Amino acid sequence: MSLAIISIYLLMVLVLGALSHKLFRNTGEDYFVASRTINWFILLMTLFGTNMTAFSILGASGEAYHRGIGVFALMASSSAIVVPCVFLFIGTRLWRLGKRFGYVTQVQYFRDRWESDGLGLLLFIVFVLLLIPYLLIGVMGGGGTLATLTDGQIPQWMGGLLICAVVLCYVTYSGMRGTAWVNTFQTLVFMTLGGITFFVITDRMGGFSNAISKVDTGLLMQAEHIKPLELLTYLCVPLCVGMFPHIFSHFLTARDVGTFRYAIILYPLCIAVVWIPSVLLGILGNVDVPGLQGAQANNVLIQMIHIHAPGVLAGFLGAGVFAAIMSSLDSQSLAIGSMFTHDIVGHYRREAFSERQRVWVGRLFVSGVLCVTYLISLIATPSIFRLAVWSFTGFAGLFPIVVAALFWQRSTKHGVFAAIISVILLWLYFFFQNWQTPGYSVGGIGIMPAAILVAVSSVALIIVSLFTQPPKLQTLEKFFDK
Amino acid sequence: MKRPIRWLLYCLLVLLFLLHNDFWLWQTPRLVLGIPIGLLYHIGYCVVATLLMAALVKARGDWGER
Repeated sequence: MSLAIISIYLLMVLVLGALSHKLFRNTGEDYFVASRTINWFILLMTLFGTNMTAFSILGASGEAYHRGIGVFALMASSSAIVVPCVFLFIGTRLWRLGKRFGYVTQVQYFRDRWESDGLGLLLFIVFVLLLIPYLLIGVMGGGGTLATLTDGQIPQWMGGLLICAVVLCYVTYSGMRGTAWVNTFQTLVFMTLGGITFFVITDRMGGFSNAISKVDTGLLMQAEHIKPLELLTYLCVPLCVGMFPHIFSHFLTARDVGTFRYAIILYPLCIAVVWIPSVLLGILGNVDVPGLQGAQANNVLIQMIHIHAPGVLAGFLGAGVFAAIMSSLDSQSLAIGSMFTHDIVGHYRREAFSERQRVWVGRLFVSGVLCVTYLISLIATPSIFRLAVWSFTGFAGLFPIVVAALFWQRSTKHGVFAAIISVILLWLYFFFQNWQTPGYSVGGIGIMPAAILVAVSSVALIIVSLFTQPPKLQTLEKFFDK
Repeated sequence: MKRPIRWLLYCLLVLLFLLHNDFWLWQTPRLVLGIPIGLLYHIGYCVVATLLMAALVKARGDWGER
């Protein structure tokens, strides 16, 4: 039954992707940014869906299983305040610049803003390297979930292949518009199914009040499992949204700047809708399946479904997890494909592409990215999941760059180089020292490495900029209103 | 909208960031409306964030650009 539901869901995704192709204009701008015609509802759903991964459903439950309600404050309500601010203060400005100068990737903007080819190349390499683990966890997580839900009937490699194949079909065929339409559907699916799963399971447990009364009180408060400095500095982690290449691409798809309004306003509510059921079910998992150790808890939701409502609900959960995974994977693969097309081939090629060529080169790169990701997923070990958490840290550390680009005229390319190099060095230091330590914090007192990276890269950017030659007046006049 | 109102909203935004650290509820496992009070606080926090974002959007006023 669960396989039938997942199959129907994947079929619906493919049909929707194919339908969106009817509006396809066969131009590069249409393929990569949907001709900047996306309306407010699709923008809200795509921005939200792209930010939510399988972690929001399975990982959040696993974390809440061990750490209790504090997980909501740490990972959900922090995003509920930081991310809309990024949309409001950063996203709308990037949209304007994208519209005015025809940008499709971040690298194009940063390269022009500081007039440096080398800077663009360095950023391209850093972005791609940081995105690879993020792509991998989607493919591996989806395959693993399907294997668990079907008791191993469908092996992990086949689940991963299924995800990649479906994403490949609608992203290469319909580009950004197909991705945005499908993302909207996928986001609605996992928002709805999370709530349904919560109500069905708590009902079978004898009601929510009855179930929560059996939970250890330590999980119902934050003091035992979250450090105060962790909660404070965790606010730096969602800053990564401001530097994600796939979020940048989605910013550019907006029809007009007013399209952002509802994404800014409703994002915190969307976060609450997805995370409340996940966190509460994770806590209640201690009643149903006590004694799970470490990463075993990531399967707590699947185990609860097996106990209370196997079959249909397992199928719905599988569809929900697939939806969360694919709504990120499609945008990321399209963004990397776009970066290869525009920032490398398009930029260094002597002849300009025709519109048709641009679309086909984009398709080729998207296919390549998905194939390579799938092949790596076959040999990567589960420890890649820890690496993915560090990818967020890296993107957050780069956040001061976009702030400087938009708000600080005096910032220089040397300052930005210094910021990037400081992020690379600190990231490597923290990563190799501590990547095997789950829940690592600096000095063991709760400070998140992302906060250190943001602080150091900001200082490096400011100091080096002040001691180097200011940008040309002509460049500043191009990017800043008088 | 007038500039002082916009600045007031920015101040409220900073205050909201500070209020994310609900240290006064840290050691309270009490249930309110059947939900742990620490979680209820942060659900309310999301609602307040929504309202403040709506006010900031309204205050900005330059949404007509196409």
